[in-house]
Amino acid sequence: MILIALILVLFLGGLAAWFSGRWNSSAPRWIAVITLILETLLVIGQYSASDHIDYLSPGMPQAWVADFHGSWIPRFGIGFHLAADGLSVLLIALTAFLGFMAVSSSWTEIKEQQGFFFFNLLSCLAGTVGVFLAVDLFLFFFFWELMIIPMYFLISIWGHENRIYAAIKFFIFTQVSSLLMLVAIVVLVLMHYKNSGTYTFDYFDLLNTRLEPDVAFWLMSGFFIAFTVKLPAVPFHTWLPDAHTQAPTGGSVILAGVMLKTGAYGLLRFVLPLFPEAAHQFAPVAMMLGTISVLYAAMMAFAQSDLKRLIAYTSVSHMGFILLGIFSWNFLALQGAVITMLAHGISAAALFMIAGALQERLHTREMDRMGSLWTAIPRLSALALFFAMASLGLPGLGNFVGEFLVLVGAFGVNRWLTVITALGLILAPVYALIIIQKAFHGPVRQYSGLSDFNRRELVSFGLLVLIAVWLGIRPNTVLDVSAPAIKQELQTSMAMENR
Amino acid sequence: MNIDQLIALAPIMIIAGSAVIIMLIIAIRRNFILVNGVAVCGILLALLAVNFIWQENPVQATALIRIDVYALFYTALLLLTGLSVAGLCYDYFKERKEENEELSVLLLTALLGALVLVSSSHFASFFIGLEMLSISLFVLIGYTINRQNSMEAAIKYLILSGVSSAFILFGMALIYAQCGVLDFDGIGRYLMNQKDMNALVLSGVILIIAGVGFKLSLVPFHLWTPDVYEGAPAPITAFIATVSKGAVFALLLRYFISAGNYSYSPLLTVLSIIAVLSILAGNLLALLQNNVKRLLAYSSIAHMGYVLVAFIAGGRIAPALVVEAVTFYLITYFITTIGAFGVISLLSTPQMEADDLSFYRGLFWRQPWLATIFTLMLISLAGIPLTAGFIGKFYIFASGADASLWGLLLAVIIGSGLGLYYYLRIVVVMSMSVEETASKTGEPVQKKIATTILAVLTLLLLWFGLYPGHLMNFIVSIAATLE
Repeated sequence: MILIALILVLFLGGLAAWFSGRWNSSAPRWIAVITLILETLLVIGQYSASDHIDYLSPGMPQAWVADFHGSWIPRFGIGFHLAADGLSVLLIALTAFLGFMAVSSSWTEIKEQQGFFFFNLLSCLAGTVGVFLAVDLFLFFFFWELMIIPMYFLISIWGHENRIYAAIKFFIFTQVSSLLMLVAIVVLVLMHYKNSGTYTFDYFDLLNTRLEPDVAFWLMSGFFIAFTVKLPAVPFHTWLPDAHTQAPTGGSVILAGVMLKTGAYGLLRFVLPLFPEAAHQFAPVAMMLGTISVLYAAMMAFAQSDLKRLIAYTSVSHMGFILLGIFSWNFLALQGAVITMLAHGISAAALFMIAGALQERLHTREMDRMGSLWTAIPRLSALALFFAMASLGLPGLGNFVGEFLVLVGAFGVNRWLTVITALGLILAPVYALIIIQKAFHGPVRQYSGLSDFNRRELVSFGLLVLIAVWLGIRPNTVLDVSAPAIKQELQTSMAMENR
Repeated sequence: MNIDQLIALAPIMIIAGSAVIIMLIIAIRRNFILVNGVAVCGILLALLAVNFIWQENPVQATALIRIDVYALFYTALLLLTGLSVAGLCYDYFKERKEENEELSVLLLTALLGALVLVSSSHFASFFIGLEMLSISLFVLIGYTINRQNSMEAAIKYLILSGVSSAFILFGMALIYAQCGVLDFDGIGRYLMNQKDMNALVLSGVILIIAGVGFKLSLVPFHLWTPDVYEGAPAPITAFIATVSKGAVFALLLRYFISAGNYSYSPLLTVLSIIAVLSILAGNLLALLQNNVKRLLAYSSIAHMGYVLVAFIAGGRIAPALVVEAVTFYLITYFITTIGAFGVISLLSTPQMEADDLSFYRGLFWRQPWLATIFTLMLISLAGIPLTAGFIGKFYIFASGADASLWGLLLAVIIGSGLGLYYYLRIVVVMSMSVEETASKTGEPVQKKIATTILAVLTLLLLWFGLYPGHLMNFIVSIAATLE
């Protein structure tokens, strides 16, 4: 039941926040905080309950730690099937944590329609948690779409000057690509129906579907496009810089920190286990796309003058590592991808929060109109330096561990692509340091009435720093949680490929 | 005719009777509330009768009308739609200081035509029903005659509808010339015994498709749609978009299945071309509209294209699944269309339609509930989860994929992507900030009935979107009877 509660708490909290906004303009954010505290308690409860599993549906591998199976649309064998393994627990924990960050960064930034804002924020998180938990493909698609609508509102109502264009572009990209996935899901189910005579959308049943190679390839492409648009990887990334630049800070935090991870999660959970042979053949292309993303986005990032746009491109670059790691499909690379997901969630969220804080103070995102901020707001600047370092992959911080593991894992699979991708490690410092150089150093400028971080912001950033360092020096705490899940995925696809 | 057949005709007779009673009442004394009350009672009685005569065994009442579960189901659907349109009409016209009473008569006669259509099993009743529906609609469209566009819309519909009827008659004549029978089963039997495709029958069916295409506003027979949608009063637009199209579609499906037209593959090619054109043209033309009613008109063209995809799938898959998919899609389409036009009619007055996009600016902050309802309706039209529209689209995908109609599915995907743009545009406009809106609306008229209808529709929309199992099982049981 915890699994349902994980989704419901966020959604109901969102509704409560919406309605409370009618009476008191500061009530919604407090309700959001309370909701997220509840959510965190539930995640901790789920995590500590993993040792003693009381119920698993028959046929479910041991890596899964929780399961809930209800009937939903029996006509097509669609069930309300939620399940969690180490990977989903980790990503949900990240979601809850970044939820706090999003609320914290919206605390004073959002002045209009706070109730509706926090409703959208929390229901977006609810949809994301649903994506991480759903193991029925229909249900998965349902949540996949549900998380987009609130994000669309976040961008189109509270975004910046060019928000409507960005919001519609974001929506159309994700929606059209996910319709391709819907067709793929439906065809997969029909194929399974032809083989077995029963309709089912259940992940564990569909895992064993026998497919003709060319059918498998087309179905895999449907899934792959949906997930790489969300990830995003070149050439499907063009919505992301716009969406990020225009989104309010809270929206950017969720988008970069959590939503992009749903794409990676989808690749890891669905594409490779469901279509192992097809994915195996396709792997060089996918890895190539990953490499191109890493390098191209890093160069694009360097060329930006808009701070948020720059950070958006760095996200694309980091996601390239994840794509490379996932399609290497071995234990090390996958673990690296998992760590990168978490570490990038932290570092990108932090950088977007810094950009948001600067915009709130300076009313601009243009780095040309910044400079010598270090003398004016030292605390903010120091934290910016820290997270720029995290983003460039400084050893001792989480991103380094992730990227290192990905490269080690990928090296055995495709040597040349790995070598070329490693060049990204040179480009990363270039774009990270240009931020520091342009915005925080440089000729002295006079700023009037610029306030440094206050206590709320310091606490938020303190937590982010702690986690980034923790991921860097004790990655095992996280890797141990995800290891059984990753092994399970590898095993499933091996078994299918051998058949 | 025996007593069973007479009872089976009860819903049709009740509606016809109510129309006559209302005419008599009007002759004695004009009272808008009374007239509406009688119309609503008539519809409710007919619904009750549907419930009473609901049974598995079909009843062939006269050679023309066949009352089976399929017909009864669509009868109920149309009656419920008629009920909500009557409610919307009441709130729309109650402030108008002219003769409004004939509206109820016309609504009932139009409904009567639609009921005859869905239960017809013979070309004669097909044509009678269609004409009864169309002739009532001419007057309904032009009812607010003082408004500028109304007359133009009515004339346009009159002429084009006349042309399309001529097409249909000619098609029927060709088929009759070859088969010598006019009832669907008879044609089916004749065609089954023929080995080769028959050119005369084929041209006949194509002519009928052309005529029906006018009614369904499929490209290239769609030219009347935006003008009529714009010119007609909003509740009547809802009626045209739902009852008239739904009834015709239900009839077409029954005709194709019982007359065995699915075996004619050239027909399916023609239909495929029409479907792709409708999806693409409808969506593309909607992109540039600033008038919400015209926008919804183009979107309805696209939606008819989507249903047609499921319809075409009947060439390769079991008819039961086609009936299921089409019926579910039509139900969701009915709910969302009445909902969307309901919102428009709630904001409009007979003097001025709220159809310009600027009218909706900041609606989220002025009337949050209404804006939420409108948003949900638009989301459902766009086929996004949480709403019934998504399940409808899922059915389209399922039947299309089952029949391997990849090209058509691609058109549906492209169309949906285009569709998102203009649906979201309305949502964006509604969520724009309030300061910029000039508050030109004075004291709004209380429209309690329309509000209630919208609330019910929204609940249905969410219910069928979140928990469609019951409705699906119900439709499956109906589809199974139509073999």
